[in-house]
Amino acid sequence: MQTRPLTLASLLLLSSVAFSEESPIQILLSVGAEGLNNDRATAAVAALSKAPVAELSNLFAALNQATDLSANYLRAAIDSIVERAIASKVPLPNSELRAFLVDTQNHPKARRLAYEILQKVASKETAELLPTFVNDPSSELRYDAVAQLIQSAEKQKLAGDKPAALAAFKNALNVARQDGQIAKIAWEIRDLGEEVDLPKHFGFLTHWKVIGPFHNDALAGFETAFPPETEWKPDAEYEGKTGRVKWQDLATGEEYGKVDLNPVLGELKEVTGYAHNDFNSPIEGPAEIRLGCKNGWKIWFNGKLLFGRDEYHRGARIDQYRLPVTLQKGANKLLVKVCQNADVKDWTREWEFQLRICDASGTAILAVNRPPTPKAEPKTAPAKSQKKDRKP
Amino acid sequence: MKARIFLSCLILGLTQASHHAADWLQFRGPGGSSVSQDSAIPTILSESLIAWKKPLPGRGISSPLAIGDRLYLTASSGPDQDRLHIFCLRASDGSTIWERQFWATGRTMTHAKICVATCTPCSDGKFLYAAFSSNDVVCLDLNGTLVWMRGLTRDYPNASNSLGMASSPVVVENTLVLSVENDSESFAIGLDTAQGLNRWKIQRPKVSNWTSPVVLQRQPGEASLIALMSGSGISFVEASSGVEKAHFDGGGSTVSSVTLANGMLYVPTKGTTALKLPAEASEKAPEVLWQNGQMINSTVSPVVVRDRVYTLNNAGILKCSSAKDGEKIWQLRTTGPYSATPVAAGEFLYLINEKGLLQVVDTKTPEGAITSTLDLQDTFIGTPSLADQALYLRSDKFLYRISEK
Repeated sequence: MQTRPLTLASLLLLSSVAFSEESPIQILLSVGAEGLNNDRATAAVAALSKAPVAELSNLFAALNQATDLSANYLRAAIDSIVERAIASKVPLPNSELRAFLVDTQNHPKARRLAYEILQKVASKETAELLPTFVNDPSSELRYDAVAQLIQSAEKQKLAGDKPAALAAFKNALNVARQDGQIAKIAWEIRDLGEEVDLPKHFGFLTHWKVIGPFHNDALAGFETAFPPETEWKPDAEYEGKTGRVKWQDLATGEEYGKVDLNPVLGELKEVTGYAHNDFNSPIEGPAEIRLGCKNGWKIWFNGKLLFGRDEYHRGARIDQYRLPVTLQKGANKLLVKVCQNADVKDWTREWEFQLRICDASGTAILAVNRPPTPKAEPKTAPAKSQKKDRKP
Repeated sequence: MKARIFLSCLILGLTQASHHAADWLQFRGPGGSSVSQDSAIPTILSESLIAWKKPLPGRGISSPLAIGDRLYLTASSGPDQDRLHIFCLRASDGSTIWERQFWATGRTMTHAKICVATCTPCSDGKFLYAAFSSNDVVCLDLNGTLVWMRGLTRDYPNASNSLGMASSPVVVENTLVLSVENDSESFAIGLDTAQGLNRWKIQRPKVSNWTSPVVLQRQPGEASLIALMSGSGISFVEASSGVEKAHFDGGGSTVSSVTLANGMLYVPTKGTTALKLPAEASEKAPEVLWQNGQMINSTVSPVVVRDRVYTLNNAGILKCSSAKDGEKIWQLRTTGPYSATPVAAGEFLYLINEKGLLQVVDTKTPEGAITSTLDLQDTFIGTPSLADQALYLRSDKFLYRISEK
């Protein structure tokens, strides 16, 4: 396959000054909501896709400024250039790509892309870098490096060296951030006789104040601002769906930090509950609130509504929703609204959520006053008056 | 006015145009019919007919498109299934011609049975339009150059389904139509194919829906309609504007899709319901021609071959009924379970069950008969494609070509 010659139009487009307002790269960086600037981006990406390999450094640099959408336009051009260069045996700028890869200040996904390109043309040298990524901001680079640690630990276990295996698995756990890998490592550590505090590892918030039930009749509670949305008064009492309600303590020791409202607020349908948390942050700066919830929900952080979603019982998982926030050092207030619908099928009983605070790589940010993880789920019996309201 | 539009649709089963008769340009092929005019598809199966078995770069349920001598397919990969793959293979040997990857901008959670690459792409013969469960939509030319990309969950943040989105898009009259129906921010949208801008966007019922839209093509010069089915019925909207022209409120499926043939719509509701499209201006909605509660479709969609309609239920019972009146002709026990809709060529139906057992049914025999099988011992959820005298089957890990050559 021969390298296609640049067309005159492509050359003219590429000849504009990099990062000037009209440069092809800048045009790609400008794409936005509902197709904003798609018209110009089509020509720009076509031109960049035919660019020589020398353009790769500009494209990678631009990935650091890109949105999740514009990054894909840049990547499409990169993939085209690399594919053509490899097919026509044109050398890639390996040293530049390597320098980009090892600089952890570059965008994590862009670094992973550089890694995969290098794997194609310099597989041995690239593979040697993998162990250096065990604590990397790139979740995928870290994932592959941690996979190596797990394999190594498994070999030690198979060889019968339990102390070495245990140490190796614990080392792997310290750096693992992906749910599947963490679950695997935790199982191995327990199999070797030691406990693992998974809620703490993930950074799940385990101690909450909860209140409810308020109504969610005909799903209207989702949009109804009950008093907990407008004020934080830990000693207040309000009129709920089944009588007077007040804030209660709820602590969870569940492995994945599930906060189950059913045992505390009553296993009811068409109801709304709230959970409040004072998160005492050790740092100031960007973080992510990561939520898993199969009920309707809303989240406020320091009084500001972050997001809400009125989907019921379609499934939940760890890190189902990732909400970027800026932590204040010290006190931060979290309010979670959890709505239950009217469905009475077995798989619609759950009225719960799981929430953790971490950085972009998934590393837990623990409150300075984080209490010890409870050993077992709380066993608070619902009040009799609340039980009566349960649908058949 | 509404009904006049349907008058033209009477010929829709005969006028569905594709750029080449043998091309397979969308989910369930020409017009969403699942039927190929290619009569050279093998009917006696054996392992020797596996022309090639191509490892795929990720998971997927989407079906391959076939355009000329090339195949186009999608996949998803990564610990979070957030890598979106679109690639082009040479039909003759399965070799990769090009591959592009994109990063998902929307949520990637799905039920374990499906994945982010569940929606089958579509093509107008010039461009490829790929949609994913993350609601990312990518338009490429057939050489893999990006034309535009949209992130519909990025634009409309509550448009997603935690079980996964599965509806496959259709393209007609320079409009790409996507059904983005879910429990929250539910809509259908028409994007202009040149730039991916919204031509129209209409609200849809707030209920999860995995069915695919179907194009009702009309006479030359007249605007096409799109059949959008939800649990309550079918909305018939103009492809170019999204304006509703008629409505059927007799129920519908949220899993199986409608099938268009013989100027009629075969709807997977109340068993199977046949709608005769209205011919008179005074008629406001399609007339129900017949209903047969025994013709249960479960997950798959009805298949109509000439004057017969085939339905396949969860128990693996294949029913052959008259397309004209729904009367049972025969039924046959096959080996399920199925997620894939059967495909048809000539007098034969091809059924692939979830465990990889491919079964050929000869429909000419008085009671129907399984005349050949091939156990691929792999997981198949996606619907096969037919093109170039070959059957293309996509498992979770491989793409198979079954052909004589």
